[in-house]
Amino acid sequence: MGVLEIKGLYKYYGKKCALKNVNLTGDFGEIVGLFGPNGSGKTTLLKLIVGFLRPSSGSIRVDGKDIDHNTRAIVSFLPDNNLLPSWMTIKDAFNFYKDFFPGFEEKRFKDLIDYFNLSMNRKVKELSKGEQEKVCLSLTISRKAKIYLLDEPLGGIDPASRERILTGILKNYREDSLMIISTHLISDVESIADRVIFISQGEILLNEKTEKIREEKKMSVDELFRKTF
Amino acid sequence: MVDFDERIPIYLQIMDLIKKKIIKGDLKGGDKLPSVRELAVELKVNPNTVQRVYQELEREGIIVIVRGTGAFVVSDEKKLKEIKESLAGERIKNFIKEMKEINLSKEDLDLLLSKYWEEVN
Repeated sequence: MGVLEIKGLYKYYGKKCALKNVNLTGDFGEIVGLFGPNGSGKTTLLKLIVGFLRPSSGSIRVDGKDIDHNTRAIVSFLPDNNLLPSWMTIKDAFNFYKDFFPGFEEKRFKDLIDYFNLSMNRKVKELSKGEQEKVCLSLTISRKAKIYLLDEPLGGIDPASRERILTGILKNYREDSLMIISTHLISDVESIADRVIFISQGEILLNEKTEKIREEKKMSVDELFRKTF
Repeated sequence: MVDFDERIPIYLQIMDLIKKKIIKGDLKGGDKLPSVRELAVELKVNPNTVQRVYQELEREGIIVIVRGTGAFVVSDEKKLKEIKESLAGERIKNFIKEMKEINLSKEDLDLLLSKYWEEVN
């Protein structure tokens, strides 16, 4: 049984259908790339998994249970927009997370902050966009969770930092968890993903192991994506 | 950082990488390979991909995996020769195919090989 099981999921915003009959499972030890154009439903899907949104119909089970107030304790979500208040220092944000989330790993976080060449006394408002992204990512992956959802963790980040972020993610990836990374830049994460999911207009078009795509179609995931969309 | 050809399964490319290291002597019999995690971070690939590489290399008898200790290169001269020949074999086949396409005979090739052998360093 997978740590994530989604069956017949629909999500409507008013009359607009944002997700249409989504069926998915995810296992421990997997890194899944969620790819799709802007507005395809990636963020909606992630927000449903963490319980920020409710399904219009269908079911989502996390670690064998329906989603409720306990789900957030085992799902760590990195939103695509920064949510840290600007008056905070990195240390404030760290203290907040440490108090709020049991099992938050202090050492892991401090090592990541060092690795990203940041320091705990920096103020959020004085950080660049990329630096804020690094702080948020560090907070998200230092939590102890069963599912990590990273929504566009590489959006608007320069190539050099991108590599550092990917390395940070890989170094801290836990085998006893599922990680879903959403992006529209496939080429950046295609080597680190076990499996890719292509989503377009709320529908899943493809859900396949990356090595199988290379083996059977003799093309890169990026090429396949360009051909599909 | 290694640039992978994303159109070819990455585990095959990493297997070749390790085999080349063994042939060149960068990795010797008895040497310990990096842990799955270490190699995944170093190459920026999925840990499961590295896991598969080690499994396949063990299946081919090139490494042994000792539970809880790590993966080690086997010391076996015969195996070494085998790896060398199979790595070379693939490339030579492709090379011959290209030469046949431009209508070179085996005799022509022998001459050309001798002629250029010394030039390439």
